[in-house]
Amino acid sequence: MRTLRFNLIACAVAGLALAGASSAQMTKYQQNENLGMEAHIGKLTGHAKDAALNYRRYCAGCHGDLGDGEGENAAWLDPKPRNFTLATFKCRSTVSGTLPTDEDIYNTVGRGVQSSNMPSWNPLSDQARADLVAYVKHFSERWKTEKSGTPIEIAAAPAITAERIQAGQALFQKLECWKCHGVEGRANGPSSDTLTDDQNRPIKPFNFHDQTKFKCGTEDRDLYRIFMTGLDGTPMPSFADNVKPEEAWDLVFYLRTLQPLSHGNIKEKEIAKQLGLKPINPNATPAPAPAAAPATPAPAPETKPDDQNK
Amino acid sequence: MQAVNRYKLSAIFTASLLVILTIHFAQRNVHAAPPSGGGVAGTIKIDGTVPHQKPIDMSKEPSCAAVHKDHPVTTEGVVAGADGGLANVVVYISEGWSGGETASNPQPVFDQKGCQYQPHVLAVDTNQHFKVTNSDQTSHNIHPMPKPGGPNHEWNKSQPPGAQPIDATWANEEVAIHVKCNIHPWMSGYMVVVKGPYGVSDEKGSYKIDNLPPGNYTLTAWQETLGTQTQKVTVAAGKPAAANFTFKAK
Repeated sequence: MRTLRFNLIACAVAGLALAGASSAQMTKYQQNENLGMEAHIGKLTGHAKDAALNYRRYCAGCHGDLGDGEGENAAWLDPKPRNFTLATFKCRSTVSGTLPTDEDIYNTVGRGVQSSNMPSWNPLSDQARADLVAYVKHFSERWKTEKSGTPIEIAAAPAITAERIQAGQALFQKLECWKCHGVEGRANGPSSDTLTDDQNRPIKPFNFHDQTKFKCGTEDRDLYRIFMTGLDGTPMPSFADNVKPEEAWDLVFYLRTLQPLSHGNIKEKEIAKQLGLKPINPNATPAPAPAAAPATPAPAPETKPDDQNK
Repeated sequence: MQAVNRYKLSAIFTASLLVILTIHFAQRNVHAAPPSGGGVAGTIKIDGTVPHQKPIDMSKEPSCAAVHKDHPVTTEGVVAGADGGLANVVVYISEGWSGGETASNPQPVFDQKGCQYQPHVLAVDTNQHFKVTNSDQTSHNIHPMPKPGGPNHEWNKSQPPGAQPIDATWANEEVAIHVKCNIHPWMSGYMVVVKGPYGVSDEKGSYKIDNLPPGNYTLTAWQETLGTQTQKVTVAAGKPAAANFTFKAK
């Protein structure tokens, strides 16, 4: 009787384990069923089945054989390698919550990810990188049931002017970018120490002062895309609902003034210098009633009790 | 002999599992008669000492601290009234709902007010539209975090003061999706996505589910820290059936 009961329990446990595996993470067998996955980047068509060797040679060490981000090097890396089975991606041209385009992943593979251990894979051929994109996709069923999101539109950049940089600075304050990125963009805002990623691991905001490049690119358009689509899997939200396209360019130009001088921000740095641009002072805002100290809202002597309750 | 028996039993078990699952899934597609005014109502209580809720320090966000200056704010893991009534419990139909027309709930609203979520727990039907609003003088980022790798997917949007409401839906059942604001790490709320009608208990622990066609149902009550409980109930036409739940304090 005891063995029978044991068998029943074992059977049930195995059944549950299988059911669990199918909903969250696929087995190698299930993944292999997806090797027909393709990626389409312009005229290139990537084939997952052609990327198996390259993936094992160049990617699996960090991203793991199963694409779960648990490669043998992962323990020593921060930020951690992406877990492809979750199909959540930072660098997207698409709306928050949707899948990136194949081209988005292709660009990430080619560019690498700044301030992480992900290098540029441009030394591989275009075809090999396209194949790897298809291979990245074959790790998650989400690519079979859902389409990529629609890329946001980015209008041509206007001329960089002093007014635009000042307007961008006002936005930096109004949108409260400084809560995480700090008043000077040094990644030391009041919430910066408490941030965690989608797996509840600590994560740092971007420090504009030590990089000329961003996580998802080097150009103004890349910066535009980052704050308009957000970086899914991180605390960085999308601002697309509340920032108009022309305002977005203002913010891009202002953020450029915070970075070290490079070929990408000569004009912005020059204008900021002429303006004598000072860091924002969020405590000086006239917004809500008690605008006094940052820590305790000490009521000003003249304030009436009625005003306090608003 | 023993070995043969073992295989036989495994086979019987697997076969019966298949039969049960087949019946279960087949039933889900049967369409029911339109709602005829029946329903379920009841009270949810907590048995034992209500767990201590930690105070929240909002001094880093003076505009929110000002909202709460008369009432100290605490975490909301367990919210219980004086008589043990348990709030923020979602009661939904986990078995027996045949996918008929759901009672027309008005579009639910998930508001950010005083750097807290109101309601703390929002229940919605799959594909039901809900609004996310910001009543505060500060920016929030609304960041629902469904189970990674599950059928729903996280999104993360900034909502500055005075911004337009965000209209959203969840396509798949999930009990429950944690919602956070990365700017204000103390903010914590839940979205509970169920298939079919639902009720959420108020401060007295009362809930009700309206417009349920007569029939036999299994109800599940979910509380964010105390877990779930189920109960079978028979609904007759015309008057609400009673189903009370008691959660043991941990």
